[in-house]
Amino acid sequence: MFLLKQITTAFVSLRRNILRSLLTMLGIVIGVAVVITMMEIGAGASTSLKKSISNMGTNVIMVWPSAVNTGGISSGSGGSISLTEADCDAIRNECLSVEAVTPSMSRRGIQAIAGNLNWTPNSINSGNEDYFTVGSRGEPESGRYFTKREVDTSACVCVIGQTIKEQLFPDRDPVGESLRLNSVLFHIIGVMPRKGANMMGMDQDDIVVIPWKTLRSRLSRSGASATASGGTSATSSTTSTSAIYPTSTTSKYPERDSVQAQNYPMPVRFNNVDQITISACSSEQVPDAIAQVTEVLRRRHNIKPGEMDDFTIRDMSEMLKTMTSTSGLMTSLLLIVALLSLVVGGVGIMNIMLVSVTERTREIGLRMAVGARGSRIMMQFLVESVLLCSLGGLVGIGVGRGASMVIASVLGWPVEVSLQAILISAGVSAGIGVIFGFYPAWRASRLNPIDALRHE
Amino acid sequence: MALIELKNLTKIYRLGDVDVPVLKGISLTINEGTLLALMGPSGGGKSTLMNILGFLDTLSGGQYLLDGRDVTSLSANERADLRNERIGFVFQNFNLLARTSALKNVLMPLEYAKHRQRAKEERAWAEHLLERVGLKERMDHHPSQMSGGQQQRVAIARALINRPKILFADEPTGNLDSKTSDEVMHMFQELNQKDGITIVLVTHSPEIGAFAKEAYHIKDGLVVDGTY
Repeated sequence: MFLLKQITTAFVSLRRNILRSLLTMLGIVIGVAVVITMMEIGAGASTSLKKSISNMGTNVIMVWPSAVNTGGISSGSGGSISLTEADCDAIRNECLSVEAVTPSMSRRGIQAIAGNLNWTPNSINSGNEDYFTVGSRGEPESGRYFTKREVDTSACVCVIGQTIKEQLFPDRDPVGESLRLNSVLFHIIGVMPRKGANMMGMDQDDIVVIPWKTLRSRLSRSGASATASGGTSATSSTTSTSAIYPTSTTSKYPERDSVQAQNYPMPVRFNNVDQITISACSSEQVPDAIAQVTEVLRRRHNIKPGEMDDFTIRDMSEMLKTMTSTSGLMTSLLLIVALLSLVVGGVGIMNIMLVSVTERTREIGLRMAVGARGSRIMMQFLVESVLLCSLGGLVGIGVGRGASMVIASVLGWPVEVSLQAILISAGVSAGIGVIFGFYPAWRASRLNPIDALRHE
Repeated sequence: MALIELKNLTKIYRLGDVDVPVLKGISLTINEGTLLALMGPSGGGKSTLMNILGFLDTLSGGQYLLDGRDVTSLSANERADLRNERIGFVFQNFNLLARTSALKNVLMPLEYAKHRQRAKEERAWAEHLLERVGLKERMDHHPSQMSGGQQQRVAIARALINRPKILFADEPTGNLDSKTSDEVMHMFQELNQKDGITIVLVTHSPEIGAFAKEAYHIKDGLVVDGTY
């Protein structure tokens, strides 16, 4: 009740000099508006940065089999045959932080032929129906991506990247056309949108994606050698050594010609996959996802505590850290600039309140003469400056929201409402009212009533 | 009955290193219900005396009894409370709040009162006082819309809002022409006679002094001669 009365009194005396009050408020209004706008732009930028970072694959986790050491010769990374399709399913079903899982294998150096054009894609990738989710490929530009059924039936379907489309189908939509890879005919069912180069500079559009089971069963050149040696991607790209060092074994059966060999690869079928690629629900959940995947795989592979993993997990956390710290730095930089402008606004308040105290010296003297204690005078000026700042803060929040909406619609920048910013600037502006109003109020309360009354 | 008793009151101002004595030992008695004029040339110390009497200023030496109670050394807050409860001031330059209606000007001292009445009663009392000074129909006017005499009458109404026992008026007619001066002085006389309010006037003009029941002449910080 008392406070309400004080606020009313303060409001009345602020209204008595409305122009000056408004001009004083302007400093705080601008300060708060800048804080709000900066924070909202910063939050928006940081969100969209995070989004584009995760598009770059920072939420991707890769699982390889570990190296095996046979007779003193290490196979290098991915040498053992330890990851299976069942591992994929288990990860998908049991790990909460995992968004999607796909086995992945790739082959390089396979020529793609369509009509009278040919092109050797950077790589032939394969995966299951979640491949496109894991790789953040977005919606198909035309056509569709393959389905679980097409994966399970090793269907000869493929999805091509933009570079392939430009090279092989420069003038038409490739969906519905056919493509030959190693003499196997594939139907093109979709085209992926452009993704550009990855961080190593590799063209991510220069690929053909096929179901992984199709790759394993139909595209392994001389299937036995490819899969028997562990089915790593590296082995497939090396040319067959038999051409260089012909073996001299005699066959009891008629020799198969090369076309036969390619069309009907020897069915040596391991159930392993070269690599499992996983995407976490968000970049922040990558560590959780890694822990969950490790646990699932250790259990499934019967690895006892203390034993080494038979798989290797890699992620992009270093890159992620750099990126998020960059965006965090940017946000706090903006915040500091904005807070500085609030301080400038606060100094403006102090300035005007001092002027106001000087100008109203006689009023202060009069109020003291009719019995106001020093503390009441101080209170009055303090309430006035807090009121001024709080009103300015409220208006500033409105203006800031408006400004960021205008920025969002005119410049198309991503903007995000930041409740934190609103709370901070409301608090800070009231705080500025107290801090910068204190000195003038104190000076007013220390005035001598006689001198104040005589003041001209 | 003595309302105010001063015993050998002194006041010394410090100007840099020099002590300037303004009041050099004033002893006087102000009876309840009187209309007293403090007269004398300017610079003689009569305003200082009034400020001390009205608890706006502190005294350097001597004793001040109000209602038989020693009020020589009171803290700033105690003096503020005394001013609010017992004393009304009327100034030479009116000292009204600008851009504030007459009614709100009159009500202003109540903001600092310890015992508040209900807003309605306060307002009614303020309106009654404005009626007494003849400004009932102008109570929503701002000071800038009123003549000097009217402003001074608002100031008188304001001084009365706390039902004070003593009214101090420092050159209340100094900024007014002779006709309005007479009106204001008649009003003081009426307040003194009808309401029994003790009034202390500070003036250098004998015409104004003639309205008073008694007068002290202050010259060079001393009471020159007593009542007449």
